[in-house]
Order: sequence, then C-alpha cells, then structure tokens
Amino acid sequence: MHSVISVKALNKKIVTSSEKSQQESLIENPIVFETDDLNLWYSDTQALKNIQLPIYEKNVTAIIGPSGCGKSTYLKTLNRMVELVPGVQTSGTIKYRGKNILDKSFKVEELRTQVGMVFQKPNPFPKSIYDNIAYGPKIHGIRNKKILDEIVEQSLRGAYIWDEVKDRLKQNAYGLSGGQQQRLCIARCLAIEPDVILMDEPTSALDPKSTLKVEELIQELKKEYSIVIVTHNMQQAARISDYTAFMLNGELVEFTDTNTLFSMPKDKRTEDYITGRFG
Amino acid sequence: MKYMEPEMVRNKMRFRVQLNKIFQVCFFLATIFGLIVLAVLIVRVLNQGLSYLNMNFLTGKLSTNPDQAGIMGAILGTFWLMAVVVPITTILGVGTAIYNELYAKKGRMQSVIQTNIANLAGVPSIVYGILGMTIFARALNFGSVVLAGGLTMSLLVLPIVIVASQEAIRSVPQHLAEASYGIGATKWQTVKNIILPASLPGILTGSILALSRAIGETAPLVVLGIPALLIPFPSGIFDRFTVLPMQIYYWTIDASLVEEYAYLASATIIVLLVLLFMLNSTAIIIRNKFQQRY
Repeated sequence: MHSVISVKALNKKIVTSSEKSQQESLIENPIVFETDDLNLWYSDTQALKNIQLPIYEKNVTAIIGPSGCGKSTYLKTLNRMVELVPGVQTSGTIKYRGKNILDKSFKVEELRTQVGMVFQKPNPFPKSIYDNIAYGPKIHGIRNKKILDEIVEQSLRGAYIWDEVKDRLKQNAYGLSGGQQQRLCIARCLAIEPDVILMDEPTSALDPKSTLKVEELIQELKKEYSIVIVTHNMQQAARISDYTAFMLNGELVEFTDTNTLFSMPKDKRTEDYITGRFG
Repeated sequence: MKYMEPEMVRNKMRFRVQLNKIFQVCFFLATIFGLIVLAVLIVRVLNQGLSYLNMNFLTGKLSTNPDQAGIMGAILGTFWLMAVVVPITTILGVGTAIYNELYAKKGRMQSVIQTNIANLAGVPSIVYGILGMTIFARALNFGSVVLAGGLTMSLLVLPIVIVASQEAIRSVPQHLAEASYGIGATKWQTVKNIILPASLPGILTGSILALSRAIGETAPLVVLGIPALLIPFPSGIFDRFTVLPMQIYYWTIDASLVEEYAYLASATIIVLLVLLFMLNSTAIIIRNKFQQRY
C-alpha cells in the first residue's frame, strides 16, 4: 500500500500520487503511538502545546520545523529521554500500543527497549565495534557467546555496515568514519530488536554521501520498523518520509501524508515554511 | 577623528614597553622564589640525611641509639594505614560522587550537601584528629591503633576524593550516557559499564593525590596519641603503630637532646619524599596514559 509513497524523489511523488490512495493509507495503518493533548514544560517555559499526533506502524514519520519549535523535545518524549533534563513536567497522554507511557508505573527501561533511538551526533561507546552492538543484548541478559555473535552480525548487516567492518570487529569504534559510526549506532539500536526507532536529526553531522547511505537505510528499515525522524532538512523529509508533521513554537501546525503536506499545505504557516519564507 | 597622534603614541611607547618588562621580571622572581626555597630544603635534607640512609636504617627497628635506629616500623605503619585508607576512601568517596552526580535530585538539599562537601575539604586536619580521637579512639574504644588512625585519615581525605571523582564523572560526555539509557539500560548498568570506565583515570588520579596527602599528614595522628617510640612492628589493623611523618616530628623535637636525631629525621624525610614522588608520578602517568578521546 506504500508503493506510491515510498518513491524517493519529491517531484516524482507529486506527479504519481493520487488523493485517493493517500486517504486510504491514512485510515488503514495501525497506530503505534497515539499522542493526545500533550503539554511539556522546561521549568517555566512551555515547549510543547496540546500536541495531538498519531505515529503509524511501519512508516516513516518526519517532524519538521524551525530550530526551537519543539520537534526534538517531542521526539525525546516518545522514549522519555526528555526526563534527563532537570525540571521537566508533562501533562496529557502518549499511548504506546494502548498503554500510557507518561504514567509513572510504566517502566522507562521497558519503553526504551521497545523504542530505540539514534542521536544527532554519532555516539558510539569507546569500546570495540563488537562490544558496541553486544552492549544492548548483554544488559538485557543475553550471555551466550554464539547468540551474541549472531546478533552482532545480523544487526550490522541490517544497518548495511557489515561488509565494511566484519574484519575489524575487535577494533575501537572511534576508528570508523562519522557516517560509519552513525550506521553503527543504528545497528546498536537494531540489536535490541525495537518496535520503533526514533531518529534525532541523524544525518545533520554527516557528509552528503553518508547522508544518502543513511537515507537509503531508513527506506529499508521501515519494512520492519516504525520510524520517527526529526529533521531540519525539508528535502530529506520529502525524500524519505510517508507522513510529515510541521511544528512551530511548540505547536503542531499540520500533520498529514508527506505528499499532501508538501504539495497542498492547508495552513498558511506550513506553506510559508516549506516555500522557504522563514525558518 | 584624529586623536591617535603619532607623537603622543611614540612618547608613551617606551614607558609601556618598559612596564611590561618590569612585570615580566616580577613574575619570574615570584616563580623562582618558591623553587629556590624548595631547592635549599632538599639540598639541606640530602646533606644531613644521606649518610644515614642505608639498608640498616631502612630495615631496622627504632632505637634510642642513633647509630642503630631504623624506620621499618614507620614504613610498615604507613602501609598499614594506607591499607585502611585506600578501600574506605575509594568505596565511600566514589559512591558519594556517583550518588551526587547521577542519582540525587538537583535541588536545595543537593546543593547544601555539595557546598558542605567542598567546605569539609578545607577543615584543618587537626580538627579531624580531635574528631577521630573522640569517636574512634575513645567512644568506640579502639585506642591509638591503625584502624583508628586510618578511619581518621579517611575522613580527612574523603572530601578530596569525592570532589575529584565528581569532576571525573561530570567530564564523561552526556551523549555516552544517553546512548546507554537509549537502549533500555538502567542507571546502574550505565554507571558500571559506561560512566565508571570512562571516568576511572580521573578518579584514580584524584584518589592517588588524596592518598599522598594522607601519607604526609601528621597533626591528626599527634592528637590521636601515636607513641613517640615503639619497638614492635605493626602486623594488623588493631596494632599500635607509627608513620613516617610522625617519626620525623619526634626526631626533630628530640634533636635538642641528641644532635644526630636531626640527621635521622632528614633521612626519613628523604624516604617520605621518594614515596610521595612515586605516588604523584603514578598519578601523572595514569592521567596521561588513559586520557580518553570521545
């Protein structure tokens, strides 16, 4: 059903997409995250205002908006990473597969096992390539060497980096290039077999070639994972996502399938932003 | 606008340049002053003590006869003291640092604790001696034994270890911890696998420097009532003991009675200095060798 949407180039999409198929995909896809009336404060400043947003299964959802609009904050709320900032308060609900993750009884470790994250700056551990990947399964209790070997290989293959590193698994991950490090971080995320992968501007620290590789990887990953990606790069959102949310000053301005948002934005502010009038 | 007259600038120039030279000399003299004092001290100590520094002196027992006196007891005492101080300060110090940096909720209470730890580092050592005597030697009835001395010394250097460890933990990049939390690790797993290994060099450096402070401290042990002359060697934490700086202290006091005691003190200072030098070098080597790039 995504055959239309997964076409990579934006202009191609606009030409080939039809209103009807977009409407269908909006209705049919199961929802992974259901955000309802979410507010978030950093001490006294309100960073998110009444956010209402569904995240669809096995699709790429892009969140775009100017700096400081709250897009990263929203992303980090989905795995409660935002709680690492002192003085954060939230109201409203985010239901992950029916359960409210903002509920205090929801174990944050459990959430983050289901919802993996890839960060803006590649952040491998100062350990070997092998240990970087095996870290996740190990902390969740897998001790068997054979199984770990298998997970490491599968995860590295899944992130399309296996061929580049298979001969130096025991070497320090810092020896890899920035782009390789970021794909290693994606592999580390895959190793815990998550349901959702959150990506916080994953290519902003990478060169164009590495960026392309990561974007292609995302297209592959969405066959098995639901992906939410924050990006300041509108072209990237248009290239890789199925749905796009536009945020401004902590509010969700518009959310719809990517084709519609970029070709026929309903809100004036969305139009101004995507046509480059501000941001 | 024409205020920068070449004439005026040229006239002032010589004075400004000369003033700069004068201050350069002042700062150099300030540096050299400390070095000269240190050099004089070391030369004098070496002059006086080197001839007494031999195998008999290092391995012998204490004696009132300067020719037969040895400092094995004090060396052993110093090591026994360290055997108490090292585990206690590392466990309590690093534990406190981890709690304060990673677990404690940031707020009023935490900042009060933080300020007090920093203040404790500045409390005079003799005050710790009085505390140690009251609690460990008297109230808990240990007497003037290694355990009482070690606990007192631990209290003394604990703030240093805590502050150094906190700084080491704080210098671990946040994005490493985030990576670990991000795949569902608990705080303890993150501390054990990521934060502690990355901050270990800093923690070790701080601990070793704190240790060398403990080795050189005398005042708390004076208050604790360490005996001036002790014949048996300590062989456990419940034995009475003496340490190198105490030996220096008593021999220096008694130099008015027997002149050679001053030379024995100098020889002991050499031993203590060598010990401290080795510890500080270890700290520097660790710091340089394990300095991490993130």
